[in-house]
Amino acid sequence: MSLFLNILIDGIAYGMILFMISVGLSVTMGLMRVINLAHGGFALVGGAVAHWLIIAQGLSFWLAAPLGVAAAVALAWPLERLIYRRIYGFGDLQQVLATIGLTFLMIATVNRLLGSTLLALPLPELLAQSVDLGFRTLPLHRLVVIGVGLAVIAGLWLLIDRTRFGIRLRAAVDNRATASAIGINTGLIYSATFCLGAGLAALGGILGAEMLPIEAYYPLRYMVLFLIVVAVGGMGSISGSFTAALGLGILDTATRYLVPGFGTIFFYGCIILFLALRPNGLWGRTA
Amino acid sequence: MTSRIIRLSAAATLLLSTAVAGHAETIKVGVVAPFSGPFALYGKQFQEAIEVYQAQHGTSAGEHEIEFIYKDVGGPNPDQSRALTQELLIKDQVDYLAGYVFTPNALAVAPLLDQSETPLVIFNAATSAINAQSDFYLRTSYTLWQVSAPLAEWAYEQGIREVVTTVTDYGPGIDAENAFVAAFEEAGGTILDSIRMPLSTTDFTPFIQSIREQSPDALFTFLPGGPPTFGFTKTYNENGLRDEGIMFLGTAETEESNLQAFGDAAIGLTTAYHYSADHDSDLNREFIAKNTELHPDSVTNWATIGAYDGTHVIYQMVENAGSDGPAAVESVLGMEWESPRGPLTMDPETRTVIQNVYIREVERDEESGLLVNREKGVIATVGDLGWPE
Repeated sequence: MSLFLNILIDGIAYGMILFMISVGLSVTMGLMRVINLAHGGFALVGGAVAHWLIIAQGLSFWLAAPLGVAAAVALAWPLERLIYRRIYGFGDLQQVLATIGLTFLMIATVNRLLGSTLLALPLPELLAQSVDLGFRTLPLHRLVVIGVGLAVIAGLWLLIDRTRFGIRLRAAVDNRATASAIGINTGLIYSATFCLGAGLAALGGILGAEMLPIEAYYPLRYMVLFLIVVAVGGMGSISGSFTAALGLGILDTATRYLVPGFGTIFFYGCIILFLALRPNGLWGRTA
Repeated sequence: MTSRIIRLSAAATLLLSTAVAGHAETIKVGVVAPFSGPFALYGKQFQEAIEVYQAQHGTSAGEHEIEFIYKDVGGPNPDQSRALTQELLIKDQVDYLAGYVFTPNALAVAPLLDQSETPLVIFNAATSAINAQSDFYLRTSYTLWQVSAPLAEWAYEQGIREVVTTVTDYGPGIDAENAFVAAFEEAGGTILDSIRMPLSTTDFTPFIQSIREQSPDALFTFLPGGPPTFGFTKTYNENGLRDEGIMFLGTAETEESNLQAFGDAAIGLTTAYHYSADHDSDLNREFIAKNTELHPDSVTNWATIGAYDGTHVIYQMVENAGSDGPAAVESVLGMEWESPRGPLTMDPETRTVIQNVYIREVERDEESGLLVNREKGVIATVGDLGWPE
């Protein structure tokens, strides 16, 4: 019984971190249909800026974290205006090449300025403690990640399904020409959505750093993880990513408890099987 | 008759002097290491260590000038390692090779060493098997057996009877597991479980929880540096293993370049290793002071010391034998010297240095406020225990 509870708790905690680091990609890749391999780069920029503010400038975590997210958004805005705007029209392969090039630029910049060692984001006292659950302990920051993850999915659902912005976004994505013909400023909508994706990437990078620490090669190291969540969840579906992240988190955790030696093979085996049966993912719309 | 002898001996002297003069040449050393990509830190540390040695001892040994040529191998890539080494030997005509971070990269060049009779000083790669492949390998780093086995014996002496080993499932991890298990069982201890964690693991909670449920006296681990070590030690602390009295036993996990990033979670971690930047000796303080003077951002760690002592061995070989490879290797076998890490001997049989292994505990230094590996004990003069008999 305690094994079952362990799997459930650790699986949900891990799944929520997976969701947090990949939800930004669901927005850019899922909603905007741009294959944005530079997603991890925005997480890296957010994390690196927060690290620099805490370590070199002595700011508190509570101040540095939002500033890190703001820095990623501040980088995303001109990038979208100057570069991504041209990338939207490319074919799949060109999008992959262009965005991976951007990733390399981001990696090299961070490597040059801050080096290739771990960039620590020391947690404040409040988050660093462990919570006693009776039969075991759980670090408090994981509970915070679970809370923020739930808030993010609720916020995105409200934004996309319930606001005027959401209606315009869906219209712009479905048929850009018609949307702009009826007076929607699609350029602005795209910019804002792209920045939202980058900001969420940075937020996920900063909150997930306890498990996936920030370092210059972060975007490449965890790229497969982001892409799996989005692929299994289905393109264009935020709730699909959410379900996928939780499912994968629990699956990965369960295999590690039960068959540690075969964990990785089993995990990827399941994903291959699932994608073979449902190539568009859980709740993917057929394009 | 007499005049003939004089003439002969004059000719002989002339011949001898030209022969010696002819030996005063520029000796080239090819350094193969990653200088770009995720492992670039190794190359940087190697180059810095060589520069420190040059600043302290000049750029010539005996009457020979020594020149270093650096080649970027990128990462674990045996084909590239072989190609670059071949280029160094044929195009640059190097007399010595050095560097080599990864075991496969070092192994891939064994046939080249035998054909060209070129000595190769390994600055890092730590698998025992490498040196058995060619007589031209010399190693100034360490081997996994050299640090893991003494740690097991020390742990048993401390009253630890039950251990769970948990290593990353790749070559060095398995080497470390074998060494620890063999030495610990030999001493009379019990291994409750041996867990192998996939290389791609990001969440270590499941492994840590199953260790906790078996409640051993200690866990032994081996992980690749950087993110995995960070994640593992965090999880170890957060899941209360320390409070349960399960001791952490490791080797390279607390190395200096990433140590500060671990924060207070690292305090109290016990490791057995051959070098701590905190080592208490004048030689070490001078060495670190020089490195900091030349490279203000540099953090001195085991890669720096491996390259520094390796450079010393190369200088000695050049002084003793110039560019004559076999004679050069022969001349340093059994050589003893004092390094910033402690006394070293080049083992004539395994060609890996015999050195002290230190038991260290992570502490926060009161003066600098930084985390350090404080040496708590020493296991004197350990050879390469993993050498195939």
